[in-house]
Amino acid sequence: MFEYAPAPESRSVVDIKPSYGLFVDGKFVDPTDGGSFKSINPASEEVLAEIAEAGSQDVDRAVRAARQAYEKVWGPMPGRDRAKYLYRIARIIQERSRELAVLESLDNGKPIKESRDVDVPLVAAHFFYYAGWADKLEHAGFGPNPRSLGVAAQVIPWNFPLLMLAWKIAPALAAGNTVVLKPAETTPLTALLFAEICQQADLPAGVVNIVTGAGETGRALVEHPGVDKVAFTGSTEVGKAIARAVAGTRKKLTLELGGKAANIVFDDAPVDQAVEGIVNGIFFNQGHVCCAGSRLLIQESVADRVLESLKRRMAQLRVGDPLDKNTDIGAINSAAQLARIRELSEAGSAEGAERWSPPCELPDRGFWFAPTIFTGVTQAHRIAREEIFGPVLSVLTFRTPAEAVEKANNTPYGLSAGIWTDKGSRILWMADRLRAGVVWANTFNKFDPTSPFGGYKESGYGREGGRHGLEAYLNV
Amino acid sequence: MTATATSARSDLSELGRSETALRTFLHGLPGVDQVGAEQRAAQLGTRSIKTTAKAQAIDLAIRMVDLTTLEGADTPGKVRALAAKALRPDPADPSCPHVGAVCVYPAMVPHVAEVLRGSGVHLASVATAFPSGQAPLEIKLADTRAAVAAGADEIDMVINRGAFLAGRYKEVYDEIVATKEACGDAHLKVILETGELATYDNVRRASWLAMLAGGDFIKTSTGKVPVAATPPVTLVMLEAVRDFRAATGRQVGVKPAGGIKTTKDAIKYLVMVNETVGPDWLDPDWFRFGASSLLNDLLMQRTKLTTGVYAGPDYFTLD
Amino acid sequence: MSERVAVRKTYKLFIGGKFPRSESGRSYLVQDSNVSLASRKDARDAVVAARAAVKGWAGATAYNRGQILYRVAEMLEGRRDQFVALGASAAEVDAAIDRWVWYAGWSDKLPQVYGGANPVAGPYFNLSAPEPTGVVAVVAPESPALLGLVSVIAPAIVTGNTVVVAASPSAPLAAVTLAEVLATSDLPGGVVNILTGRLSETVPTLAAHMDVNAIDLTGVADAELAAELEVKAAENLKRVLRPAPADNDWYADPGVTRMTTLLETKTVWHPKGV
Repeated sequence: MFEYAPAPESRSVVDIKPSYGLFVDGKFVDPTDGGSFKSINPASEEVLAEIAEAGSQDVDRAVRAARQAYEKVWGPMPGRDRAKYLYRIARIIQERSRELAVLESLDNGKPIKESRDVDVPLVAAHFFYYAGWADKLEHAGFGPNPRSLGVAAQVIPWNFPLLMLAWKIAPALAAGNTVVLKPAETTPLTALLFAEICQQADLPAGVVNIVTGAGETGRALVEHPGVDKVAFTGSTEVGKAIARAVAGTRKKLTLELGGKAANIVFDDAPVDQAVEGIVNGIFFNQGHVCCAGSRLLIQESVADRVLESLKRRMAQLRVGDPLDKNTDIGAINSAAQLARIRELSEAGSAEGAERWSPPCELPDRGFWFAPTIFTGVTQAHRIAREEIFGPVLSVLTFRTPAEAVEKANNTPYGLSAGIWTDKGSRILWMADRLRAGVVWANTFNKFDPTSPFGGYKESGYGREGGRHGLEAYLNV
Repeated sequence: MTATATSARSDLSELGRSETALRTFLHGLPGVDQVGAEQRAAQLGTRSIKTTAKAQAIDLAIRMVDLTTLEGADTPGKVRALAAKALRPDPADPSCPHVGAVCVYPAMVPHVAEVLRGSGVHLASVATAFPSGQAPLEIKLADTRAAVAAGADEIDMVINRGAFLAGRYKEVYDEIVATKEACGDAHLKVILETGELATYDNVRRASWLAMLAGGDFIKTSTGKVPVAATPPVTLVMLEAVRDFRAATGRQVGVKPAGGIKTTKDAIKYLVMVNETVGPDWLDPDWFRFGASSLLNDLLMQRTKLTTGVYAGPDYFTLD
Repeated sequence: MSERVAVRKTYKLFIGGKFPRSESGRSYLVQDSNVSLASRKDARDAVVAARAAVKGWAGATAYNRGQILYRVAEMLEGRRDQFVALGASAAEVDAAIDRWVWYAGWSDKLPQVYGGANPVAGPYFNLSAPEPTGVVAVVAPESPALLGLVSVIAPAIVTGNTVVVAASPSAPLAAVTLAEVLATSDLPGGVVNILTGRLSETVPTLAAHMDVNAIDLTGVADAELAAELEVKAAENLKRVLRPAPADNDWYADPGVTRMTTLLETKTVWHPKGV
């Protein structure tokens, strides 16, 4: 046997302070009417830092700082100068990438190989991409005079803390808006390090404000009458609540919400790559991915073979210490999320689906869930309809392309889909019919700053990334 | 999809009888998506193998080296020196294992055989008009028999790439069958020369063709064309031997050759073996490296692990 | 010699390409005519008809949709007097006809202007293309009855959506007459469905309907009602189009926002390899 010795990334590269304030008007400040909460390492349950909780007065202060910066500095600033600040930020992110990756893995629980090779490089790329738009907005295809909106309220989730921050802040700033961003309460640390990066870049005070807190802070932010734009990534349930909250206000709203993507494997698929795609589709980031390929649809004629390969491959997945460079699956982000995954998995078993996980030892402390597949799942099962947001795959079969499309689309969501086949014309036929914002054919879970991302139906509206992503932050 | 396990076992042995059956079977194998295969190989290359795992990997890699010289300028003196190194790669450290085999041209086999006799180090000879294979079949078979007679217990043959690319699969198949017969008890490694096959689909088909015809090992390259072994090519071949065993019950070895120069490279291949086909193949009987300069890098890294000090090339033999 | 007695027209709803009366059997007197008073059930039926038409209409070629919209302009041109008689100015009718022509040309251009290849950093073909969102509920502006109506219907359907339109309650005759134009323009049944009657009866039903993908609130002048409708629309996250009143200069260049708000962007990735 070839046992890999532990290969931990050093955490000494990160300097976590015992406590953090709110980042308002270019400075870290104590909350005036909020309290504080703790951010923990989900892999060990160790407390990482004490985080300020912003109350409504703090939110108000941040919105006013953003308004002031919008009117006095950032709004009037020529696009080419805004661009230079964004390029600067992109560069600092590249320079401090190791630090950001380690901190992300500590706070979120994701494997270091993902934060290092996926999250942080994409964050830098995103700022680099949108920096270039700042002085070219009139060429973006939204007419000759696209205007910024003003102050953007942005609320982001815990699954890709820094990447979601980049998806929100980079286009907002490029388009000339200022922002108040609320990171998720379980993963605030990289956003606060980003605040330091803004200071290091000499970004004018008030252009970026970070208010930490939980749901109440988020509510105060999106409901604040002083914001012109609301952007949210998170659950469909909260997304609907936000849509109701901003109804009638004329705040521009974009939502990037849940999903229950079908990953469809045909009998002529390049099977080894398909298996990689299935694994990447559901086990990447512990399955904490809105576009995860959580419903595997296999053509019945090859279902046994594909499942056999999949199980063999799953047995190779290494679950454990997120900072170990060889870890494939890290910790579940929170006790609450773990409880949700367990509850739905138990429902899967109770409803008659067959559960399987490879032999895999889980650490004693922290929040863990073994990679799991359910076979014998039908469209009626809860695990085929509800977003589990964990490393749990529901396997269904189909007989014909039309049946695959019908099953894939039979959900209120419509974020992403996967197709695996060697037949080009079938890919295009399927892609036309799948009601999903992103269709990955013979690949899965690929992201790029130039590529628009976002959903159909209850997966939300608006796009992030690419030229399309600018529209969310412009009056066109 | 490939044929399913047990039910297909008997059918597979019949395939070689007809060009049509072979073609239908080989073209029915699942395709390989280039980008996906390369990404998987690259991903496996990011594994971090440290300390005890690294020590284990280095010793295993040394045991898997087919220490090779295939030059027009090879002489009895040169190959004897190489054979001596194969036996004792690090004269300063008796705990260092010997390599898997020495690989030379047929004319050099008798000289190497003298040195290796009774050592447990295998003696491999290239044959079949290596590296091009462009000779009449009788000559290629005579080449093989001569090498075996001179003491080689492993034969590295080349397939007829021209025939393969022209779609004359049966011709390729028959040549392998004939060479295997000429080998007698010697193990047959079939060199696909993947750099000339151009696509991973072809690599997969050629792998299956070689296995169906009776090859004991499939090997990437001669080392004589610009593109030699690469991680994704090796990955596709590993998947082929894995699927072949599942379908037939027979295990076939894999030998990437050419271009593997550093310990880091070698360890990436071992990780790939470990995570693609598993421990059954983590053995010199089932996985080899066709290499020459790799050995010294393995030895330098081995010394670094034991002494804690970076080694220098002057301290290792250049044979 | 007695004067000829005119044959009066019965103004009915337009659902699924047919002209039914309201299932409720009700009508209301407006513009000197009895006009169908659509009920919640009529709204429901209209959504069913609109949903059934999506597949064919969205799946039609852009060229085909463009030709049909142009055909609508041709038919409207032939009926200009009829609309003038219903109270539209000649300029309004001209503008309405021209608007159909303008949008007809967009059918096969918007995907080029609004989609395209994305230069991702990797060996992938990556293409974004707009697609219709599906069934759109539209509250037509109170006035101008014809031009306003055309200006909200055409941008919704040119890209492949189907619509259920709540016509101007005070001037519905233009809408019903436009339905006659549409019915003779090769437009498949169900692509445009028109409800007449009280907005308070049909529009909340449409805003809350879970099988409606988007809602255009252009014709909702009351801010409070608009907010209520937006709240209902949030239940299945309908795309909401609610232009600022200042944007409703019906004679100005309409821009593309009306079209793009009712589109989804689909991005397809595929590896490039041999």
